[in-house]
Amino acid sequence: MPTHPDLTHLTAAQMADGLAAGEFTSVELTQAHLDRIAALNPVLNAFLQVDTEGALATAADVDARRAAGEDLPRLAGVPIAVKDIACTQGIPTTAGSRTLEGWVPPYDATVVTRLKEAGLPILGKTNMDEFAMGSSTEHSAYGPTRNPWDLDRIPGGSGGGSSAAVAAFLAPLAIGSDTGGSIRQPGAVTGTVGAKPTYGGVSRYGVIALASSLDQIGPCARTITDAALLHEVIGGHDPMDSTSIDAPVPPVLEAAANRDLTGTRVGIVKELTGEGYQAGVQARFDESVELLRQAGAEIVEVSCPHFQYAMAAYYLILPSEASSNLARFDAMRYGLRVSPEGVEAPSAEQVMGASRDAGFGDEVKRRIILGTYALSSGYYDAYYGQAQKVRTLIARDFEAAFEQADVLISPTAPTTAFRIGDKMEDPMAMYLNDIATIPANLAGIPGLSLPSGVTDEDGLPVGIQILAPATQDQRMYAVGGALEALLAEQWGGTGSVLDRAPDVTTGVSAGAVSEEAK
Amino acid sequence: MSALSRDDVAHVAMLARIQLTDEELDRLAGQLDQIVGWVGQINEVAADDVPPMSHPLPLTNVTRPDEVRPSLTAEQALAGAPASELDRFSVPRILDEG
Repeated sequence: MPTHPDLTHLTAAQMADGLAAGEFTSVELTQAHLDRIAALNPVLNAFLQVDTEGALATAADVDARRAAGEDLPRLAGVPIAVKDIACTQGIPTTAGSRTLEGWVPPYDATVVTRLKEAGLPILGKTNMDEFAMGSSTEHSAYGPTRNPWDLDRIPGGSGGGSSAAVAAFLAPLAIGSDTGGSIRQPGAVTGTVGAKPTYGGVSRYGVIALASSLDQIGPCARTITDAALLHEVIGGHDPMDSTSIDAPVPPVLEAAANRDLTGTRVGIVKELTGEGYQAGVQARFDESVELLRQAGAEIVEVSCPHFQYAMAAYYLILPSEASSNLARFDAMRYGLRVSPEGVEAPSAEQVMGASRDAGFGDEVKRRIILGTYALSSGYYDAYYGQAQKVRTLIARDFEAAFEQADVLISPTAPTTAFRIGDKMEDPMAMYLNDIATIPANLAGIPGLSLPSGVTDEDGLPVGIQILAPATQDQRMYAVGGALEALLAEQWGGTGSVLDRAPDVTTGVSAGAVSEEAK
Repeated sequence: MSALSRDDVAHVAMLARIQLTDEELDRLAGQLDQIVGWVGQINEVAADDVPPMSHPLPLTNVTRPDEVRPSLTAEQALAGAPASELDRFSVPRILDEG
């Protein structure tokens, strides 16, 4: 059977069109991705599980239905990767944790059900920081994922497996989850697109919870249109998730085709630029602002004075909610159970303590302990209670800013991808990667990251973040679609920043991984 | 000034049912003290008259009709259990003997 390795380099929209036109089959398309995964994943470590059999079965089913003349959803037959935080019936789901090693969920997350209903072959499950706690994917119990731009560098996190898979053409689309930037920041440092919908815009039923008032599922892709196509598949009301918004999905696909910025008010958040941002990150951001201005957008500067406290509020609210959510891993009903050493007939409590010590990594322990402390008697008002008040002030800052602007923009991450190992011993330095993405999660508003070029100093990709008011997700796609087209015109080639990435197949075969990064 | 001592960390870890080793306590205590000191900066914000925000959306209770619908079988529910017996989760002793 012929396979077409180049098929992997099409956009998801082109793949859908090619399938509909009969230029290739879903089995060929899926096999091409599986072949590339087999060749590159041993080094990239983007996938924790590859479901060859399941993906090809879905592909064959779609091909048969298409041949029979059935009217299929647009993305039917286009393969996808799923972050290992969403439950997949029959496929192990670990959330990057030792405690769930080999656990096979008895049911599908709603987002997985939607993909199956739309006919997308699921290639496998992608690597992530343990329980989505991290910004580099180094906190995975199954080893770090490597950035296809430079195998010694991190692909962002927590969704580094999904971003690396999409950037390395192992999958055209992937599912991510974003609690403080875990879709957007990996997108920025790998030269891909990532969108966090409005809180409640995509069902979280069957997704392993980190911080329930912040978590949101969203699309990872290589173009704005592809992200919008996936957004429309996974978005919408789900009665199984009590926080799910009962309203139609915002018209994101239609918005992605927008090329007109005349009169659009674009606000630069003063507190999210300048000091602390790498020179090349700031330079590419400034150029994008100029492009938007030339295209007719009205650029205004807005101030959100309480954003300086967003990180502190986040690192109280997230650990507090996580300490509660992760109490379910008690070694009683599923997950790792170990007995304490040297204790005869240990109690359930002793087994819990030993199992959670053995099953959780350092970052998870740090955050559970921090959250338990912030919620404990005598400290609640000073920490968790105060953080909730500051959260209100941050939401009010956004409200005021959106009175002056239709969308807000900033760099997505303060730096390009750093080297594997650089920040592992310094949790505080790691946390600062999410300084620009966290405010959106606190307020529940949608945000998107789009590649805005590569830096002069290190040749690595950077992203621009576009934020919109709650339930107005289409606005960020409209501005993103227009800016993407303006940048593509400037760059030439296929119009993708990935044109400038080194060929990852060469790097992998040459073993271009430094000793310290192994 | 230390916000969080090594003993505090050991106590909170016990509340969270994580049996840290001495070596882990040595490593995590210093980091947690630094993090707690840093997050404490939110108390610089004068917010006495600001209502707390627990959630981005106005939430109301969501209920469904009280009707039987498909759910997991006992076998499915027990499939990931560390130990099971007689269609039930089997757990270590929960009471002290004596």
